Amino acid sequence: MASTSVQRTANRKLVGQLLVLTAMMFGFGYALVPLYNVFCEVTGINGKTGRLSQVQAATLVPDKAREITVEFVTNVNAGLPWNFRPLQDKVVVHPGVLTSVAFEMGNRANYGIVGQAIPSLAPQTAARYFSKTECFCFARQPLAAGEQKTVPVRFIIDPKIPADVDRVTLSYTFFEAPPAPEPQAAVKGSAPNT
Amino acid sequence: MSEAAAHHDAHHEHHATGMMRWLTTTNHKDIGTMYLIFSLIMFFIGGSMAMIIRLELFQPGLQFVNPQFFNSMTTMHALVMIFGAVMPAWTGFANWLVPLMIGAPDMALPRLNNWSFWILPFAFSLLLGTLFMPGGAPAGGWTMYPPLVLQTGEAFPFLIFAVHFMGASSIAGAINIIATVFNMRAPGMTLMKLPLFVWTWIITAFLLIASIPVLAGAVTMLLTDKFFGTSFFSAAGGGDPVMFQHIFWFFGHPEVYILILPAFGIASAIIPTFARKPLFGYSSMVYAAAAIAFLSFIVWAHHMFTVGMPLAGELFFMYATVLIAVPTGVKVFNWVATMWQGSMTFETPMLFAIAFVVLFTIGGFSGLMLGVTPVDFQYHDTYFVVAHFHYVLVTGAIYSLIAGTYFWLPKMTGHMYDEKLGKLHFWLSTISVNVLFFPQHFLGLAGMPRRIPDYAVQFADWNMVSSIGGFVFGASQLLFVIGIVKCIRGGEKATAQVWEGAHGLEWTLPSPAPYHTFSEPPPAASIEGGMR
Repeated sequence: MASTSVQRTANRKLVGQLLVLTAMMFGFGYALVPLYNVFCEVTGINGKTGRLSQVQAATLVPDKAREITVEFVTNVNAGLPWNFRPLQDKVVVHPGVLTSVAFEMGNRANYGIVGQAIPSLAPQTAARYFSKTECFCFARQPLAAGEQKTVPVRFIIDPKIPADVDRVTLSYTFFEAPPAPEPQAAVKGSAPNT
Repeated sequence: MSEAAAHHDAHHEHHATGMMRWLTTTNHKDIGTMYLIFSLIMFFIGGSMAMIIRLELFQPGLQFVNPQFFNSMTTMHALVMIFGAVMPAWTGFANWLVPLMIGAPDMALPRLNNWSFWILPFAFSLLLGTLFMPGGAPAGGWTMYPPLVLQTGEAFPFLIFAVHFMGASSIAGAINIIATVFNMRAPGMTLMKLPLFVWTWIITAFLLIASIPVLAGAVTMLLTDKFFGTSFFSAAGGGDPVMFQHIFWFFGHPEVYILILPAFGIASAIIPTFARKPLFGYSSMVYAAAAIAFLSFIVWAHHMFTVGMPLAGELFFMYATVLIAVPTGVKVFNWVATMWQGSMTFETPMLFAIAFVVLFTIGGFSGLMLGVTPVDFQYHDTYFVVAHFHYVLVTGAIYSLIAGTYFWLPKMTGHMYDEKLGKLHFWLSTISVNVLFFPQHFLGLAGMPRRIPDYAVQFADWNMVSSIGGFVFGASQLLFVIGIVKCIRGGEKATAQVWEGAHGLEWTLPSPAPYHTFSEPPPAASIEGGMR
């Protein structure tokens, strides 16, 4: 009889430990989300571009000897009745020089829609050297029925960008913004205005 | 009940009869039997779906089902076969055999054991019920990638909760098996004397506990993305759909070893028996299984080489993946070395075990090819992948399940199965399974994509061949059921040892194994006898 109670205690302890392990692994699944984002931010492999203030941008030393072609691609996610196009297909810039470009967007629907643009830069290795001081993607963009709008993007390329990169492609995809507002969006982005 | 219990001693408690016996049983053999029958039923449900798939693919064009239903069939076939047929079958064998093999009277947690089985019928009612729902069953693939899976109709929450239930069942089963082996071994049964089936199951159980909760997390994120406004995988809200693939495959790769490791254990039990030699390299088998389990956690991204990973990532995952061939090669080498110069006989379990070694190795080789990043860019999402994972799962996991069934059925029923019928089942299955899956390598290399109901006419010939193989393979499995039913009903009396070369504690018991076994621990001599 003694041995069964010893065994029962041992079972209970082991099951407790295994349940803790199970709970930890469930938590680990969720922990992978911030880990993934941190990993992408540090390595820049997600094509996610950076964000700088005007002051920070001014500290970069222009490299007039190098030229980099920046191409623009725009997409509208399925189901969003918007027009969206870059006003220039590409620009040639020097690293370290702040450059302005403009995009045009319009709502074809007869009701107002809020959109959110998601940027991506190719090649991935260049993403961490590409920063914007102003972008319509920093905030959600409401468009009234039939409204047309031209929005700016100001970007700067860090002169430390790898020497083999002479061409990058910046793409934006507009999605219908999810219902909940994002508190971070309003803080730093300059007002998107024509 | 308490009155009845008072009249009996602890080992002969009152049994409910009829349906209540099975609902309330805590006996490991009863529960093992229920698991095995459940998985056999699921094997035929999943198999019927495969028949529909092969019927539609018999000829190019759309003949029998609409594309949406076809996609439901591929999705449901995978979910039913993985979570309904193979995983419960392993738990069923573990229930039957682990206590017998380690000299324990029952599982450590008999009530949890009952509960973990009885979750399954509910889980699969939820899943199979989706076939009759508006919008149809899930059709976005068993991998449930967003955003596609989020377009599933009313079936979506049923899919998610079914996965949660299946996961809970297998975690409960895994905890039970670990507790049984760690705390209930007979005196003298040290870890390095455990039969390999027990060893591979222990490792599988840890894989289950470490990986299934991650799947549960991933599908919960899908659920909240769909219904509660989170944006884990929605780019518009700052999430990333590729992240789902990382989290899913962090579960998914260990999962494939969950499906195959116990098969290694069964092959390691059968081959020495019919070669009449001890298993070659016992300890290297244990270490190889542990090494495979460890590596399985660091190779997940080889399922997603084409998502646009940095070169360093692709190289890392390629090297780690190809490294798995080393411990797997050790195992195959050991099985072959066990047979080398053995006095072999070829009863049905041995035939299936040898076919397992040969055909699983073919699946392993195509896996190596897929693991090499540059060529995977060509093979990704083609029928080559389909051929690969069916060689490792059908002729790997399922073959070893069939081998194990023939091997231990006399111990479970007390009767020998019909050897002629078994051999017929083997030869029909083995010829047809190769007619079924081997041409899919050619189709994949020629560029036929997977998960499509129609295809270019250049793929017509091999698809027809493959479908014919599929129909024959499907029909031959009826022989398996006939063999099992005949064996349960009667047949030649089985001896205690059953097989001349069988060693191990379960063979010291009479056949059929009594309802209660090893109430007293087995003598040390019989433990040593299992180790020869």
